[in-house]
Amino acid sequence: MDFINGLITFLNFVAVPATAYGAQLALGALGVTLVYGILRFSNFAHGDTMAFGTMATILATWGLQSLGVSLGPLPTALLALPAGILATVLLVLATDRIVYRFYRRQRVVPVILVIVSMGVMFVYNGLTRFIIGPDDRSFDDGTRFLMSAGDFRRWTGLEEGLAIRSSQAITLVTAIVVVAVLFWFLNRTRTGKSMRAFSDNEDLALLSGISPERVVAITWIIVAALATVAGVLYGLDKSFMPFTYFQLLLPIFAAAIVGGLGSPLGAIAGGFIIAYSEVMITYAWKKVLGYWLPESLAPSNLVQLLSTDYKFAVSFAILVIVLLFRPTGLFRGKSV
Amino acid sequence: MNKLLLATALTAAAGAATAQEGSGDPIRIGVILGFTGPIESITPNMGNAADLAISEINEAGGILEGRMLEAVRADSTCIDAAAATAAAERLVTSDGVAGIMGADCSGVTGAILANVAVPNGVAMVSPSATSPALSSAEDNDLFFRTAPSDARQGQVLADILQSRDIGQVAVTYTNNDYGKGLADSFTASFEEAGGTVTLSAPHEDGKADYSAEIGALSSAGGEALVVLGYSDQGGRGMIQSAYDTGAFDTFMMGDGMFSNELITELSNALDGSFGAVPWSEGEGTDAFAAQAEEAGFDPATSYTRESYDGVALLALAMQAAGSTDPNEYKASMMDVANAPGEEILPGQLGRAMEILAEGGDVDYVGGTNVELVGSGEAAGTYREYDIQDGEFVTVEIH
Repeated sequence: MDFINGLITFLNFVAVPATAYGAQLALGALGVTLVYGILRFSNFAHGDTMAFGTMATILATWGLQSLGVSLGPLPTALLALPAGILATVLLVLATDRIVYRFYRRQRVVPVILVIVSMGVMFVYNGLTRFIIGPDDRSFDDGTRFLMSAGDFRRWTGLEEGLAIRSSQAITLVTAIVVVAVLFWFLNRTRTGKSMRAFSDNEDLALLSGISPERVVAITWIIVAALATVAGVLYGLDKSFMPFTYFQLLLPIFAAAIVGGLGSPLGAIAGGFIIAYSEVMITYAWKKVLGYWLPESLAPSNLVQLLSTDYKFAVSFAILVIVLLFRPTGLFRGKSV
Repeated sequence: MNKLLLATALTAAAGAATAQEGSGDPIRIGVILGFTGPIESITPNMGNAADLAISEINEAGGILEGRMLEAVRADSTCIDAAAATAAAERLVTSDGVAGIMGADCSGVTGAILANVAVPNGVAMVSPSATSPALSSAEDNDLFFRTAPSDARQGQVLADILQSRDIGQVAVTYTNNDYGKGLADSFTASFEEAGGTVTLSAPHEDGKADYSAEIGALSSAGGEALVVLGYSDQGGRGMIQSAYDTGAFDTFMMGDGMFSNELITELSNALDGSFGAVPWSEGEGTDAFAAQAEEAGFDPATSYTRESYDGVALLALAMQAAGSTDPNEYKASMMDVANAPGEEILPGQLGRAMEILAEGGDVDYVGGTNVELVGSGEAAGTYREYDIQDGEFVTVEIH
């Protein structure tokens, strides 16, 4: 019984939150990795693209709510998602037309594009704050719990509770669907194959008649959709504040680089590695170990490796270790 | 040479003339509050309360034989000590204020006190800085506050737990001077009374996710979670996350968590929880509420009464000492605030000025039953409340 109690505690405080967080990071990292693979630069504006997409979705959600539309137990934001994606697609395509295309035609080195993307980041940053403000907003209006800790305790008679929030379940399901569709698109469709060809060798792709502008536009559309979905899921699960999206940039980049920049599979693995490390290293293991170890070995202190304040330091540390020992990332992406 | 002498004499004469005119000029009171920043939602009414006290005094004929008061506002930002210091410096050097009502948050208040008020010899009355550290700050007796120190609140919170037979708690506090000071004073009082604090962990405000912090606190365990944060910031996030994961069922909340929005939003999580908040009841509070409503603002938001009292005390002390020089009137602050003397409620400031002009003595009661103790800080009363069905229910007044 003690073992099961410990396991439930582990699931409740480590596995469930880390899985949801990992799925959100993976979706974000996929966007970063696609831009890196096809457009060949690190897009620092990605966090703020997520914020913009989420903001557009929130505005659409408010519109739907004022019309009295709702999805019952599911959050209305899921219904508003297409509108949010559309707004974000228009924004990034406009940005590409006005900003990035100019530099692409100049055939500038990637580092210049990185700096340009930082400029874009500040513009998006301001745009989001200008439209919706810097405040914290919660827009989850569905049922809060799939299973609450109290209910779980009553059903099982265990001492420890296991809570699964609807937003966590939605996150995981949506992430799986989105990733499946993306991989099918990249591996099975003509357009997807042309994108991969463009990513592997630009000149050869041009010779075989692939239109670069079309590939770039499609990439941006997919990236905008991924960013919006990732942002909305994160916002539903936690809450929406433009500043936290900006901060998400670090774990997202860490995830993409750890997995191997340019490798979609690596982005997903990286997202979960970063999320699990962050949660496990900052978790206080006292309770779980207290259940699992015999009484004589039960720890008296918290068994917390790092204070929760150092969460982002974990991402950094993993990033540095991977760059030192395996610069191409776990899944052999491009070297940075 | 003659010309130079003449010029000097003329300048001196002109200077004297301005000085003479000066006695008819308004006396400026600096009002430095966080009009932008984390507590920007409560500062407008604090500023309104200060304005209310000033207009009341001016309508009754001013102080020091007819001189009017004038408020000069500045932004303390609540969190940025450098910006707050610069703003206070401007109040003192460029606006020439005779006293400062402010600042609000403990961190910036300490910075202004050390960098501006003490070097320039200007008195300040904070309506809301509650950090215990300010009691022992080097202040040349220039620092006063109409809000009680958190040393007292920590004691009250510990007493509440004792009376409810809760002996083991986990503590989380907002990671700033206020949170740290309150957590330390609570832990000290509680442990002295025989209780155990399993873990006292800070949380950062403005994060989206607090599940990691709650994980650590839950691992440490305890019968209740003591939340010493802000109701619209990390404090709310911590309670939400603790409730979601089933880590804690009972919460005890410090004064920063007292908010109606909080209990409507988290009514399920907070049922059966309790807390304490600085409170005032009685004639003075009612008189202030009536006045504030007439002036068109809500008297019930945090620290409005304290702000009114802060300005009133400064003006009364100047009148009692017959001077606008902080080093002369600082000694009168305690006299006008405490017995003996005629009790003064909000709305009677004009009467108080008359008594003081005639050489009498006043005991300022104000909106918060002001009683300055120790190094010039309010003794303070607290309301212990339970949360039942989404309502605050008073248990008793400490």
